Amino acid sequence: MSPAVAGLLQAGVLVLFLALAYKPLGGWMARVYSDEKHWRAERLLYRIVRVDPGVQQRWTTYAAGVLGFSFASIVLLYLLQRLQPLLPLAFGRGTDDATTVAPAMAFNTAVSFVTNTNWQSYVPEAVLGHTVQMAGLTVQNVVSAAVGMAVAVALVRGFATRGSREGDGIGRIGNFWVDLTRGVTRILLPLAVVAAIALVAMGTVMSLRSGVDVTGVDGAQSTLPLAPAASQEAVKELGTNGGGIFNANSAHPFENPNALSNLFEIFLLLVIPVALTRTFGIMVGNRRQGTVLLAVMGGIWAVFLGLTWLAETFPNGPAALAAGGAMEGKELRFGVPGSALFAVSTTGTSTGAVNSLHDSFSGAGGGITLLNMLLGEVAPGGAGAGLYGILVLAIIAVFLAGLMVGRTPEYLGKKLGRVQVTYAAVSILAMPALVLLGSGLAIALPGTADALNNEGAHGFSEVLYAYASAANNNGSAFAGITVTSDFFQTSLAVAMLFGRFVPILAVLGLAGSLARQRHVEPGAGTLPTDGVLFGALVGGTVLLVAALTFFPAMALGPIAEALS
Amino acid sequence: MLTTLRRQTATGLRLLLVMTVLCGLVYPLAIWGVSRIPGLSGQAEGSIVAGGAGSSLIGVDPVPADPAADPYFHTRPSASSQGALGPGDTTTSGGSNKGGFDAELLQDVRERQALIAGREGVAPSAVPVDAVTASASGLDPDISPAYAALQEMRVARVTGLPVDRVRALVADATDGRMLGFLGEPTVNVTELNLAVRDARG
Repeated sequence: MSPAVAGLLQAGVLVLFLALAYKPLGGWMARVYSDEKHWRAERLLYRIVRVDPGVQQRWTTYAAGVLGFSFASIVLLYLLQRLQPLLPLAFGRGTDDATTVAPAMAFNTAVSFVTNTNWQSYVPEAVLGHTVQMAGLTVQNVVSAAVGMAVAVALVRGFATRGSREGDGIGRIGNFWVDLTRGVTRILLPLAVVAAIALVAMGTVMSLRSGVDVTGVDGAQSTLPLAPAASQEAVKELGTNGGGIFNANSAHPFENPNALSNLFEIFLLLVIPVALTRTFGIMVGNRRQGTVLLAVMGGIWAVFLGLTWLAETFPNGPAALAAGGAMEGKELRFGVPGSALFAVSTTGTSTGAVNSLHDSFSGAGGGITLLNMLLGEVAPGGAGAGLYGILVLAIIAVFLAGLMVGRTPEYLGKKLGRVQVTYAAVSILAMPALVLLGSGLAIALPGTADALNNEGAHGFSEVLYAYASAANNNGSAFAGITVTSDFFQTSLAVAMLFGRFVPILAVLGLAGSLARQRHVEPGAGTLPTDGVLFGALVGGTVLLVAALTFFPAMALGPIAEALS
Repeated sequence: MLTTLRRQTATGLRLLLVMTVLCGLVYPLAIWGVSRIPGLSGQAEGSIVAGGAGSSLIGVDPVPADPAADPYFHTRPSASSQGALGPGDTTTSGGSNKGGFDAELLQDVRERQALIAGREGVAPSAVPVDAVTASASGLDPDISPAYAALQEMRVARVTGLPVDRVRALVADATDGRMLGFLGEPTVNVTELNLAVRDARG
């Protein structure tokens, strides 16, 4: 079988399994977030944390919950890293200069995992012990994904409420604590348990030892670090997190041992964002509304996959030409197709796990992964973040269409006025502002040139990629760049924080304003939003917003390199 | 507003502590428990080969005592190795992060081609791509069937094994694409070198 046919089959099988999971998982999630009943274990949990699960919150209370929970998470994760020497299973890490997690790094990592970014400026197997990995990072891998899903569901409820004229229910978008808890107990944890056991069966390590000493055929001794990897790997992909328990992330054979586990991990990181479009369709009472958004996501994903695969199959750099192919920074067991498939899926979601080094990709291949993030990560986006991201872009698309024909725009039975469009604009503009200001500032600083690993246009791409990754809460990197200076640690942490919470606040405000509106029946002038025309319009809007914002910056980096 | 925020933060902290127990202790320890089942525990502890001579998942380049009589099959280069070739640092995984236009990477590729061509007695252009490029992890356990074939003659000569015997061992260590279409055909270097050692007796 030729490599091209094998690669196509591999992508085809992935799509097939996503299609099989689409209806059951999408339907299950819709039931989870609409269920009136609480599980007995959940009621116990609500009693322990003193939450009344029956309360329906306004958007401001819901947002305060998101912020309060995330703030507490950052503080706890920071403390866990700083106090690592006192924790069990630390193996002496954190006790000397080489492994101590300095304040700037601890802050960066805490923000990184709480914002679902999982940007990593540390070498995990050398610096962090198993307790911080499990009780700190694995926990955030679960709950930060559940927060994103809760926010997405709150926005969907804003559209779905019929809106009574008066009464207590008006403007309520759900209960954050209930949404968060159910996301964990009914969706993420059950899936993670199954996925983690499957990963162990495929060969991923799951050990509480620090490592194992081996003596090779040549008599040389080496230590192979071990970790409780499978439990974290499963939820790292499922929750579109991406933070590896080993430095090489999903390229490390202990995390991703073979081509089957590779395909399984790609499936895991795509399945929740993909199925959420079904959940959305069910909750707004018209499944085709979800199908249209999924088609936009899938279209971008497929085109980008093709482009990256082509670019990596026919690289243009002198080093790749001399070597005879683009295998620098790729694992042989995955090859070019398995690496391109992972790269496009991880940057189109907010995962940021890598099974190959994007920094070593060709100009065009690396540029596509960068562009995939700069689109706002909607192909298909992070767990929850992808759905609310594309819904905001759909609002912009409806608004643009309304401007063109001079009618008051409405979407899913809700009028889009000044307030709604303002919230949508704030949500969309936060990320580009952070990327462009951050990259500009970093480039202007004298020390930055020393932090780069590559020269010329590719070096600029390393900086642009870093801020794009942080502000989009992706977490992958053109990893040659050295980001351990206080400036990078702090500015990237700020980009992650604002890139996460500004859109979330805007989206919740939007949800609140929609929930206060009464549902209007579509009239003769209403743009149908469940057909091909609207899909094309949303796709066009996604590309247009990114192109207008980022073309100059892209031209200086990956485009210049691709045309060399 | 501030009161709401303070109250919600307190609730958030309580829920976070419960979640830490549930997702940070119960969940990983339960998976660890399941991974103790015979049949899974070997993989969970790193797929260590019999005799503790390495892991079948981790490639560490063997260093010959005498470079002129090198009996080993070699792994792909590792970005963390001291020289252009040779074993990488197993305790810190990672790659070079060099792009195709990087001058140093071009130099590394050329140097590796020359070294391997010299070692195997072939032209530099005959050295396959995986032999001259560092993997993403620096621990790639596999080489391509082409790179294994390139090393067969030397290994047979140095070990005194018949070439056909070495070829058979390579064939044993070779895996096609998983399920016929997943990934790439690979030769596992850890297992191959052990098989060669056992064959020498």
